[in-house]
Order: sequence, then C-alpha cells, then structure tokens
Amino acid sequence: MSGWANISQVKEKITQGSAEDITTSYLKRIKKSKINAYTTVWEGAAEKAREIDEQGHNGSLAGIPIAIKDNISTKGISTTCSSKILQGYVPPYDAHVIERLKDAGAIILGKTNMDEFAMGTSTESSCYGPTLNPWDMERVSGGSSGGSAAAVAAGEAPIALGSDTGGSVRCPAAFCGVVGLKPTYGTISRYGLISYASSLEQIGPLATCVADIAALMDVIGGYDARDSTSVKTETVYKDALVDNVSDLKIGVPAEYFGAGIDPAVESAVWDAIQLFEELGASWEQVSLPHTPYALAACYIIAMSEASSNLARFDGTRYGYRKEGENWHVMASRTRAEGFGAEVKRRILLGTYALSAGYHDKYYLKALRVRTLVKRDFDLALKEFDCLMTPTMPVPAFKLGEKVDDPLALYLADVNTVPINLAGVPSISLPCGYTDGLPIGLQIIGKHFDEATVLRAAYSFEQNTEHHTRRPVEVV
Amino acid sequence: MVYENPDGVKIGLEIHVQLNKLNTKLFCGCSTDYHNAEPNTHVCPVCLGLPGSLPVLNRKAVEFALKVGLALNCDIVEQTQFHRKNYYYPDLPKGFQTTQYDFPIAGHGKVIIDGEDGERIIRITRAHMEEDPGKLMHMGSIEKSKGTLINYNRSGMTLIEIVTEPDMRSPKEARRFLDKLRSILEYLDVFNGDLEGAMRVDANVSVMGGDRVEVKNISSHKGVEKAALYEIMRQKNFIRRGDKVVMETRHFDEARGVTLSMRTKEEEHDYRYFPEPDLVPMRVADWVPGVQKTLPELPDAKRDRFMREYRIADMHAKALTSDIKVADFYEHVALRVCPGAAAVWVADILKGELNYRDIGVHAFKVEDMIEIIELVIGNKITERSGVEIIRTILDNGGTPKTIVKEKGLIKVEEDIIIKAVTETLEENPEALQDYLDGKEKSLNFLVGQVMKKTAGRSDAKTTRKMLLERINKLPQK
Ligand SMILES: [Zn+2]
Repeated sequence: MSGWANISQVKEKITQGSAEDITTSYLKRIKKSKINAYTTVWEGAAEKAREIDEQGHNGSLAGIPIAIKDNISTKGISTTCSSKILQGYVPPYDAHVIERLKDAGAIILGKTNMDEFAMGTSTESSCYGPTLNPWDMERVSGGSSGGSAAAVAAGEAPIALGSDTGGSVRCPAAFCGVVGLKPTYGTISRYGLISYASSLEQIGPLATCVADIAALMDVIGGYDARDSTSVKTETVYKDALVDNVSDLKIGVPAEYFGAGIDPAVESAVWDAIQLFEELGASWEQVSLPHTPYALAACYIIAMSEASSNLARFDGTRYGYRKEGENWHVMASRTRAEGFGAEVKRRILLGTYALSAGYHDKYYLKALRVRTLVKRDFDLALKEFDCLMTPTMPVPAFKLGEKVDDPLALYLADVNTVPINLAGVPSISLPCGYTDGLPIGLQIIGKHFDEATVLRAAYSFEQNTEHHTRRPVEVV
Repeated sequence: MVYENPDGVKIGLEIHVQLNKLNTKLFCGCSTDYHNAEPNTHVCPVCLGLPGSLPVLNRKAVEFALKVGLALNCDIVEQTQFHRKNYYYPDLPKGFQTTQYDFPIAGHGKVIIDGEDGERIIRITRAHMEEDPGKLMHMGSIEKSKGTLINYNRSGMTLIEIVTEPDMRSPKEARRFLDKLRSILEYLDVFNGDLEGAMRVDANVSVMGGDRVEVKNISSHKGVEKAALYEIMRQKNFIRRGDKVVMETRHFDEARGVTLSMRTKEEEHDYRYFPEPDLVPMRVADWVPGVQKTLPELPDAKRDRFMREYRIADMHAKALTSDIKVADFYEHVALRVCPGAAAVWVADILKGELNYRDIGVHAFKVEDMIEIIELVIGNKITERSGVEIIRTILDNGGTPKTIVKEKGLIKVEEDIIIKAVTETLEENPEALQDYLDGKEKSLNFLVGQVMKKTAGRSDAKTTRKMLLERINKLPQK
C-alpha cells in the first residue's frame, strides 16, 4: 500500500482488513525507508495491533499507528532525545500523552529522530545522523521534530507527536509539508516530556490534515495533576472543524515578513491571506513591535533552563557513563562525551546567562522582553481573531548548509519563537510550494483559543489542494 | 543579674528540619516512612529525577511549613515561590535542588528562650522550604572508600530551613534555642526528632567582633553546644596570639569534640538560582487565618496554664512542658491524682529515670504512674519503693502490682508499721517512759497512736508485738 493516509482512511482500512495488517505495512515501509525518520522501531507494535483487533477497536484512535518523538517517555521503549548520553535509557513510566494514546487504542510504531535534546532547527544534531527531507533528500527535514514530520510526510506514520520549544513542531511541519500544532502553554501535560526549556515547550501533534490534529488533541489535551503548569480546558477540538471564516478578523504582522524572507514564501503566504479574504474574512496589518528582541530573549531563557534541566545527565543513574577515578571526573567525562556540540554550546551559554554578575544582564532582561512580547500578542489578539505569518522565512535548506553557523540556524526560528515566549497557540499548514519544496502558513491564536486556529486552518484546507500533494515515493 | 558576655560571643544557627510527620514527600506521592526500609524502595520518577518527571507541590507540606512559620511568630509570604539551586552532587538526582530563595515562606519571627540572664528573644531571620537530597553511603572511610552507594529514599523529603540572627551569646543559649525549637516543632506535630537525620544544624560562631566561622552539619543539640564551646576557645586562642580569625567553613568531629577546617577548599559556589519553571506560585496568604486556628497550645502557653490550673511551681511546669509527650503524660496523671504530687513524680523522678536511660516517656504507662502515686499517697509503699518500681518497669518491665509482690515490697506493710512505731515512740517520750516505769496502760495508748498513723492497716495484736520488740531493743538508760 501507499503509506499516505489520514486517520479516517486508516480506520477504513482497519475495517476492511485489520490493525495488525496496517501496522505491519507501516513497519515494512519504515524498514525500507532512506530518510532516517525513526531512532527506534517498536518490535511490539504488530502484536499490540493484533490485541486491539481482538479487543474490537475501542477508543477514538483504535489501531491507528503513531510515531512518537524520542523525547517523550515511553515505558519499556528506549527514549534517548537522539543523544549519546541517553543510550540505553528505557523509561519505567509513560508520559501523560502516551497513557492517553494507549487508552485511545493508538499503536506506537516507534520513536522519531530529532535534534539532540530538541536543540535545533534541522535534526542535524541528532546522534543518529540527520533525518532527510522526503521532498528532497539533500535537504533537512527541519527541527527539532524532524523525524516526526518526515515520517508523516513520507507515509511512515499517519500521525505523530513532536514537541515545540521555539518552533520545533511548526518548522519541520513547514519544511515537510504537513500540519503541525503548537498548543497554548498548559494545554497538554508535559509529564514525561524530557525537558529542554520547561517554560516554553509544549507537546504538539503532526498530521497530514487539520482534522487529524483535532482528533489527536481531543485525545492528548486536557488537565493532568502531575504537571503543575497544566490547565483545565473545555475545548472539544473536533467541533472546531467548521468551514467558515466569514467573520474572521486576521492580523498580519509586518515584522514577520522581514529581511531574509524568501520571495516565494512571501507570495505564497499573501496568496493564502487573499484566499481567506475571498472566503469572507478580513485582514489588516498589525505591529508586534518587540518582535526583533524575541529571538534573543527566547534563546537566553531556553538555554538558561536547559543548563539546569540537563544537569541530571551525569552517568550516575541511567544512560551513558564514562568511568573516572571519582564521581566528579566520571560526571564530567560522561557529559563531555555524551553531549554533542550544540547541546554543550547551549548549556554553556545558559550557565553563563544565569551566572552571578550576568544574571540581571541576560536572564532577567530576557524575562522582561518576554513580558513585552507577550503584551504585543495580547494587544494584537484583542483586535484580531488570529494572526497569519510565514512559519519559516525560507523553505527547507540544504543539509550541512548551516551546520557550522549556529547563529544562522537560530535566525531561522525568528517567526516561531515569539509564539513560545507568549505561550499562544499556533499551527503550521502547507500553503504552497517552491521548486518542489513545501511552504508553511502559520496561524496564531489567542491563549486557549485553539478552536479559531483550527477553524481557520480547516477552512483553508477545505478550499485548497496543497495538503493533498505528496512527495515522490521515497521508499 | 545581667549577663555580660565577656568574650562577645555571637552564635547564629541554620537548622534543617525534616518535616517527617508528613505522609508523602514534598513533590511526589512517595511514602516518607522509609527509615526501616530497603534502600531505594521509596522512590518514583519524580524523586529520582528521571527525565521528563515533574514536581507537584505537596499542599500538606505547605500547611506544615505555615504552622512552623506561625509558631515562630513569623510573617508569612503572599504566595509560594520556588527556585532551583544548581550544583552537581551524586545525591542530587536532578543536578539542582528545588528550594526557596528570595521569597521564603516565612520570615521575621522570634522565639523566647531561657537565656543566661532570664528570658531572651532569638530573632528568626527566615524559614524556607526545600527538598532533601538522597543519602550517600561510603564503602569504608571517605578517603579509602572503594565505592559509594546512593540511597534515594530520603530524596524529596520536605525540609524547612530555619535561619536565626546571631542572637545567642553562649553555647548554652544555642542549645536552649534548639531544645525550644524542637519542643515547638513536636507540639505542632510536624516533626519527630527521634528519627535519624531529622534535624541538622550549621552554627555560625564569632567572638569579639571577629569574622564568623561556620561549623557545618552537626546532628545533635549537644553537638552544637560542644562545637560552639570548642570554636569559642579556638577563636579566643587565635586572637590571644595576635592572629585574625578568618571566615571559613569547618566540620565538627563529634567523637573528638573538635572542629576541623574542611580539607577540600570550599569553592566559591555560584548556584545560579532561577525560578523553578515547573512549579506555579501557590497563594498562601489566605490560608493563614485557617492554619492559625489549627495551631495547638504551644510550650509557653501550656507552661502558664499548668501553673495556673494545677498550681504547680514554674520549675515543674517548665520541665513538664518542654516535651509535648511528657506534658500529655503529666496531664493524664494529674487528672486522676493530686496534681502537685504528680508534678513531683513525673518531672523530678520519672523524667530523671528516663533521661538517665535516654528513653522517651512513651516507655512508661500513665496507668502505672497513677498506681504508684496512689500507693505512695495511700501510704501503702514508701517513696523509695515507688522509685524502685519505676526503675524495675523501665529496666525489666512488669506492673507495679507484680513488682510489689515479686520484690517483696509487700513487706512494705511492715515497714510502714515500723516507721509508725519509730515515729510514735519519738513523738511520745512521756508515754514511753510511763510504760517503762510500769504503766501498762501507756502501751495501749502507744498502740492506738501507731494504728492511727497507719490508717488502721495493722491490727492491734501485731502493733503491740512490734512495739514491744522495738521497746525491748531500746538502749537502757
Ligand atoms: Zn517519589
């Protein structure tokens, strides 16, 4: 079979055949794949699918295979954050989202590749090597959830979970031509998500269509007492799937079409906005004046939190260990060998930003910028129902192109990081192609107003064909 | 009399108190009842710091901390705020300790102690909540250890760190403060000081306006007193020789009673504190009135009430109320027998015997105490026998009844008659002389007097016999 299918198509196939058949065919496809989307394929998947078949397909995702980013804890399945330092670590517990998925009957196909500890925009910093872009295997899949986005784009999973700290779901969604949502901070429990930057990140779904995003959100969203930042929400996501934007007021922030934007990206996004207008929506330019400072602030906060979050990886309790004559030597050797260059760079920068004498200058200042950026969004979203921007200023770049230029890589996140600072929801969906590479439209909504974001995205999808395009067969 | 503090001693304390009466740990649901458990059996992803785990603040722990803050007469913060204190150590599973930094849960309090010259106020700077790390066990001495084992059962236990101003002027005052603090904590029922590692103290000691020296991690009140005594002597000698005391951290060698400079040079730690992003602030200002209502009667109030209600001496009231368990014990006894006698028996006798054996009052039954006091008051046994019964119960067990029987204290009946006989003869020399002079009737009078003294416990025949025996033994004048 061709792997591309959305949830309802997979469900149809399950009724015709079985979840086991579907799962097996996905596993075969993964095995033949050249894009390196998976870090671990779960051997138990087919058997689990058979169990679901026997139990009679209860649950909203019964028998639906799913790919899980390698930083989400899965009981009994290796979870490494694509890092050498977590080699051999098998979590003894499931993340909240995994519990929910299992309850809904979903089948975990395996764990997907990512930038090491989600620190990157290209999935090139993975200890397993990069995940190739299914549209052009000489290009990056985006990051850090590159494996999840590429798996969905290449038909190696109908749906997937990623995580988004500064664009890590939306960037690879844009580069791989799939749909990816970064929900409002607090919507999905982070319990079991291996932290990179706790105050910025959310788990987010990836899929081939907006309806599947809603279906996943209905399963994984909602309050969890184990995450203190989790919030009680009442949203029924699939109710948001209404093809009607006649009342929609769209804000278009000028700052997101700045220097360095690819003309093809710019025109595809404007075409999309024009389509919304044709569908009855109205749009106006709006200013988010603190945007220029968002990138630096986001990186300082992320790196500061990371320097602390990653302190636990010392070789003492789990994962990789390099022995030494005493504990301190062992811990430093383990960390020296276990972490890759980008992770070390961010730990060092974060440590510096929190150090006495620099704390006020960097960390505290970044927090103040965060407040201002958040206020920008609050003000703009008081006036508009949602904001629309390009997800990424450029389409997927070449492998290795930016690997030696961290700053250029960080700059690629310019349109996605402010959203994490503000904590608002944002979706990326395909809105065009340039030289055979997908372009992503970003729709940003109010806090906990995923419904509007999903409605806009769904309406766009219903009136365009972009999401139906597939990369040439990559297996 | 005013205490002059001739050496200008200033002692400030930092006390880590484990709120070990909580059922679960500070940030997870693990049981705190690990003291007799196998290593690493009271752990979960959260207190092991496994990747992806997140803390959830234990509301009961916050309530306990509020109780402590209020009992120490502190101001309470509006909302909780936790920070991460970043440093690497194998007992610290996350590579940082979740603690409170610039917004401690309580601050600006005071505790009154019996100082060198009467009541003294010790100011409380702050009290903040934090998690306890795991425990390292070296295989052999630290230097020669082949390896280190880590037990994370303790990891994530709730600590409250109480910091005082340097208001104590002598090691004795430091010890009194610690005794008083323990007493308050046990009254609050948030703390059991008998459990291992329940209270760890750092003492800051300075003399004659010199730099302060911090003595770290002392595990007993006596240890603090000894360490401070040693430090004062050491620092005074230093100054006498014309040297200057430098600010440093020292370790107390409990066995040798000396403080030693930490061999490894204390690095200038930069803990890179920043707000814990995984915890949201919890507004506690509104809890205060409710918690205030649940505060029990504290030692000072109980002492006043005992003096008032039971009409006992200040000294007794103080001794009886320093330990909530003793106070409760006393009240149970005082409700059944004469409160004054009960105070003597519990505060002076029983407490002494318990201290001597280093055991708590739980080792003795209220009923047994009542029975002993009743026997003594009823003149059925002597005071000395009463003490003997207490000692026997503590050392070998048993009940007052069986001990009276087994130890032959039953003869006590005779002792009482003998005592009465002796007293009667001493008090009635004329009647005795009359009898010796041949007045038989005088003997009847003496028998009557003895029987009156023994409240009729002895019959006339026995009394007569014993009187005669005693009279015959009297030296002939
Ligand atoms: Zn635990």
